[in-house]
Amino acid sequence: MTHAITIFIAAILTHNIALTYLLGMCPFVSLSRSTRTAFGMSVAVIFVVTLTAAINWPIYHLILVPTGSKLIYYIVFIIVIAATVQLVEMIMERFFPPLQAAFGIFLPLITVNCTVLAVSVLMVLRKYSYGMTLVFAFGSAVGWMLAIMIVAAINEKLALVGNVPKGLKGAGIIMIIAGIIALAFLGFGGMVDIK
Amino acid sequence: MILKKYLGADGYKILKLGITRDHPIFAVGLGICSALAVSNTVANAIAMGAGVTFVLIATAVIISSLRSLIPQRARIITYMITIASFVIIVQMFLDAFSPTISEALGPYVALIITNCIIMGRAEAFYVTNGVRFSVIDAVSNGIAYTYTLVAIAVVREILGFGTLLGFQVTPDGWPKWVVMSMAPGAFFLLGVAIWISKTITEGGSEEEEE
Repeated sequence: MTHAITIFIAAILTHNIALTYLLGMCPFVSLSRSTRTAFGMSVAVIFVVTLTAAINWPIYHLILVPTGSKLIYYIVFIIVIAATVQLVEMIMERFFPPLQAAFGIFLPLITVNCTVLAVSVLMVLRKYSYGMTLVFAFGSAVGWMLAIMIVAAINEKLALVGNVPKGLKGAGIIMIIAGIIALAFLGFGGMVDIK
Repeated sequence: MILKKYLGADGYKILKLGITRDHPIFAVGLGICSALAVSNTVANAIAMGAGVTFVLIATAVIISSLRSLIPQRARIITYMITIASFVIIVQMFLDAFSPTISEALGPYVALIITNCIIMGRAEAFYVTNGVRFSVIDAVSNGIAYTYTLVAIAVVREILGFGTLLGFQVTPDGWPKWVVMSMAPGAFFLLGVAIWISKTITEGGSEEEEE
């Protein structure tokens, strides 16, 4: 139990997937102009990351390892992710139209969000058990949400002031903001540790 | 210009645009994850750049030669399977010939699959153009990606570790900027690099939001 809590806290704060591993940066640049879109994307990410990790773990350990086809796990994972996203989209469209209207546009974009594939690959590299994988996947996605929400909120306020140098507008200033936040997150270092 | 004669006017234009105006990282904002994550040492940056360039060229050849056979609705999954197959080749090559770099790159090799540059170019260019131009475009984007990664890595490695490709280049008393080898340094440097490149290439024109 304490191990699970350690992994959860580490995934959010000390080993934040966006600010320490620098993953999921494409949506960072394109979606962090407003907190509303950032929130929509992060909720979709939390859902998809946890779901795909939960599906990929049994596929890897129960099918790929016994059959000796570990080598192709990148292909298998990416297809599972693409199929899951498609399926979730169809289910939402059929049964939860309001949800679809709110988060639907973010779903196709998630397939190319590196966070999703990274969590599945990291769970293999770090040899997590099933329970740990779920905790790690959920924690990582929440950590990503925390990071993008902070950056989006700062970006929104910055737009009101509006004296960002011309060349730095857009992607440039988001990198600088993320850098400062990452620097702040270094302060959490040493609080908990995972290998 | 020998290069221009060899590639033809159109081919040369594609090559030039990819490196300058349509630069994947600075102008379009694609492939930022890996540009940040593996640019801590020059060796990693070169390995990653070479890997991405290889996958780009191979994908360009496959997708552009099969472009009339790929069904419209299944095209994204076709790109993904093609890209993932070549990424596995890159991973196996690194494991066999350079285990230290393979270890250092870790999950980031797998993440070439979700590197938006390859997917973006496949969707925007290879699926509508012939093999010849697609390969030129792939080389151009590969060069642009690699030189950017190496340029950032040179600064980060010298400031962060005091070395260049593993050899010490700074005086003995050099205080290492440890933060440069970590995530914040990557963010700051890429931010500044985007700023410089935008100021140079765009001159006066304002970039449109959204």
